Amino acid sequence: MSINQILFYVMGFTALASALVVAASKNLVRSVFMFFVTLFALAGLYVFALADFVAVTQIVIYVGGVLVLMLFAFMLSNKETLNNLQSKGSKFITINNMAALLVATLFMIILVNAIIKAQPDHIGWIQRSLRSDTPRKDNMGNIGVNLMTRYLLPFEVISIVVMMALIGSVHLSRKEEHKL
Amino acid sequence: MSMLSSFLLISAGLFCIGIFIVLSKRNAIQILIGIELMINAAILNLVAFGKYDNLANSGQVFALFAIVLAAAAVAVALAIILNVYRQYKTIDPAKVERLKD
Repeated sequence: MSINQILFYVMGFTALASALVVAASKNLVRSVFMFFVTLFALAGLYVFALADFVAVTQIVIYVGGVLVLMLFAFMLSNKETLNNLQSKGSKFITINNMAALLVATLFMIILVNAIIKAQPDHIGWIQRSLRSDTPRKDNMGNIGVNLMTRYLLPFEVISIVVMMALIGSVHLSRKEEHKL
Repeated sequence: MSMLSSFLLISAGLFCIGIFIVLSKRNAIQILIGIELMINAAILNLVAFGKYDNLANSGQVFALFAIVLAAAAVAVALAIILNVYRQYKTIDPAKVERLKD
């Protein structure tokens, strides 16, 4: 077992364990910060899939943007919700969570079954890609060239969608003077 | 077990934890975290398969698109959550049961 594989499994275990802590913890701020750990571990996993640019983007956008936004909204909104939730009992499995746990477990069984049945290593194009030993090009430059040639239309559509989302969120979160 | 299967199993686990969070939490921000976990599981799948496509990089490019879309969705959702809090003084989705007028 090489050092690569050990690191890979450590990252995967960290991602799953911190996601479980997010699901189990009653403290909201703690769950947000454990989500932070999950995102970092996922960025590490992306590096193992040779996607270094996606890993850096994950850290910049998720950890830098989304989490700060979440903490911000959280501190603007719900002080008393936090107190209410903390005063309740801290059991992980309650009668309310039972249905959710059941659905999640059944879905997990289905997914694992599908993955085992699909045998992802024996898919044709993956086999071909493993056999053909074309030298790997510069990954990040290749992504840039592809983004500007092959995927130009999705790129432009995404830019329009992001602009619409920004304007919409600014419009939604402004203060209304005449009403309230 | 190969690395690709491990990637798929990890992302399946993350997806199921996301489903559990979405179904069991009583707080809109935590539900949002659950949705983000599910999106991240999907992105992990894209990246894991994109490893074997080193010519067109389709997996990685669409993972980038998914990350950007998730960030935009979070911005809109947090604006909506702030509005809901201003109206109802709570962000428990079970307690938001009154229409505006």
